[in-house]
Amino acid sequence: MPVSPATSTIETADQRRAAWMAAAQAGDRVAYEKLLADSIPLIRAAARRQGVARDHVDDVVQETLITVHRVRHTYDPSRSYEAWLNAIASRRAIDALRSRGRRDSRELHDAFALDRHPDVDDASAASERQQDAQRLRAAIDELPQGQREALEQLGLRERTLAEAAEQTGRSTGSLKVNLHRGLKSLRRHFNREP
Amino acid sequence: MSHAPRHETLIHALGAGLVPVRRLPPPWLRTLGWLLVVAALAVALLWRYGTGIAMERWQASPDMGWATAGAVLTAICAAWAAFVSGMPGRRAIWAWLPLPPALLWIGASGLGCLRSWVEPAAQLTRTHPAPDCLYFILAFSIPLSALLIWLLRRACPLRPVLTAVLIGLASAAASASLLEICHAYGAAATDLLTHAAAVAVVVAANAAMGGRLLSRH
Repeated sequence: MPVSPATSTIETADQRRAAWMAAAQAGDRVAYEKLLADSIPLIRAAARRQGVARDHVDDVVQETLITVHRVRHTYDPSRSYEAWLNAIASRRAIDALRSRGRRDSRELHDAFALDRHPDVDDASAASERQQDAQRLRAAIDELPQGQREALEQLGLRERTLAEAAEQTGRSTGSLKVNLHRGLKSLRRHFNREP
Repeated sequence: MSHAPRHETLIHALGAGLVPVRRLPPPWLRTLGWLLVVAALAVALLWRYGTGIAMERWQASPDMGWATAGAVLTAICAAWAAFVSGMPGRRAIWAWLPLPPALLWIGASGLGCLRSWVEPAAQLTRTHPAPDCLYFILAFSIPLSALLIWLLRRACPLRPVLTAVLIGLASAAASASLLEICHAYGAAATDLLTHAAAVAVVVAANAAMGGRLLSRH
């Protein structure tokens, strides 16, 4: 039966990898690194066939490469390298899916978590946040007018430099300098607090 | 590819740690090694008990001869299948290889038991405490299972529980075969049930413990 060029190419690639692995088993580092690099697309394909999400395929590649390194003595060069690698990659892909499944089953979804596990410190946390805001407001009020305006316009109201310049009648350069000085003053003020 | 440098780094690290390795011997060779130990035990039992007991039993109930042949073949096929299952890339269908001899073993034992009811004359007259068979199979299965697990220490069983089940089946079948040498009793339902219970215990214990021992990869 005539061998089609495609079949011939596949056989040659598998035979080449088998020869590289035989050399790697004897300690040939160059052949080994070539083989591992050449194996990555095969591992990716095996992982995708098992249904591993695109984001996690590279984790399966890493795990499979490590396993290949650990069990390279189990490869028989008279047999298909691709079948050997595919079996290992498929197993690592299944392990990854199982491990992800276990992790997902332990994690709570946001809505469920909020519903079942309300934050017991909600009231006290809100009160604390309010006190922090008051302290910040008081500290800003003590700043010189230029710095106060820059912080109010750019920091609190989140206006652009152009909008703030229009509101205050100051240049953008002056606003930037005052914002910088204002933030420095606030940092100094709060670092001083016990 | 965003992860290419990560793979490249790993490949270089693995390449740097590369040392020559000794290839795993083929499954048939390791099976032969294990069978030699079983054969040595058989020789020791034959030296102690002779061939008379087994011959008498087989003449009284020829089905037991077929059952013994089934048990021996089950042990050989299950051990070979266990070694094959430790080689990645081998076809999973080989795990079913012990099934036909196991059916012969179970079927012939059951038939012998049935015949002993229909033709009581064929039954040997001696009675014996059934637990002896249980202890014999368990006592021989433990070292034979341990030996198989040790022979598989460098293998890569990707389905460790399946490999462990095959180990349990091989060692239980080998122990039941060895029992034939010194088992001077006819086919009886209690005897058959005791053997079945012993095999089940050995397979289950291997699946539970052997699976963990073999799941390093």
